[in-house]
Amino acid sequence: MGEFEARGIRVAAISVDPPEASRDLCSKRGYTYTFLSDPKAEVIRRYDLLDAKAGEQNLARPAEFLLDSSGTVRWVNLTENYWVRATPEEMLQATTLMR
Amino acid sequence: MQFESFAGVDILLAMTPVAERRWNWLLWAGFLLSVLAFFSYFFFFVQFPLTRNFPWVNLLLFAFAAGFLAVGIRRAFRRSELYRGKALGPILAGLTVLIFGAFAFLMFIVARQLPSSAGAPRAGAKAPDFTLMDTGSKPVSLTELLTAPVHGAAPKGVMLVFYRGYW
Repeated sequence: MGEFEARGIRVAAISVDPPEASRDLCSKRGYTYTFLSDPKAEVIRRYDLLDAKAGEQNLARPAEFLLDSSGTVRWVNLTENYWVRATPEEMLQATTLMR
Repeated sequence: MQFESFAGVDILLAMTPVAERRWNWLLWAGFLLSVLAFFSYFFFFVQFPLTRNFPWVNLLLFAFAAGFLAVGIRRAFRRSELYRGKALGPILAGLTVLIFGAFAFLMFIVARQLPSSAGAPRAGAKAPDFTLMDTGSKPVSLTELLTAPVHGAAPKGVMLVFYRGYW
């Protein structure tokens, strides 16, 4: 993940996890990028990523967005299969669009 | 010939003594392999993109499990004088089919039940602004993410990764 920062790309992960849960996750796995907490899924809803079938909890479906410095979306990955995610390599490839 | 007294009636059991028939280990190997094929995805193979995106290792394990069971059942019926498992074989095979069915259902049907997210920002669109708490319970806005320096320089961009959460 350091490769993103080396390319000037900030990585921010968003979930409904409370800040403490994300802090635990970071210290356990050594993640250094930004983790943001959206416990009421307000931003997840604003981005239309709410997975209503996930039961009573309001969870986000997996999704990745690459924004340029003006905040414009340059690349999106909305997976059709829960188990298939963009790999770090694919995301790094996407950052080459920014040059 | 072996006879056994049961309620005063002699019953023919088999042409050879039961005790000499061998344990049909292939049946158990096949069944246990299918259990392993199921759980190893969620506890191990899910960690690696190569084995997560398509569960080929697990499908391969299921194929071996089916092979073991097929050979085990075949010899239980064709060479029943040597091997046990005429009853156990079909039972374990049935359970294995159920386990495989559950795995296929989870992987190929449930996993695709994702919302269409038709309203999600597309390439070229402006990403909606937001403010959320970071791990230090400090509010952080998208604007800050886009402007706060990365390695001492203005960031070229931001990768937003939405995920389900880990609890």
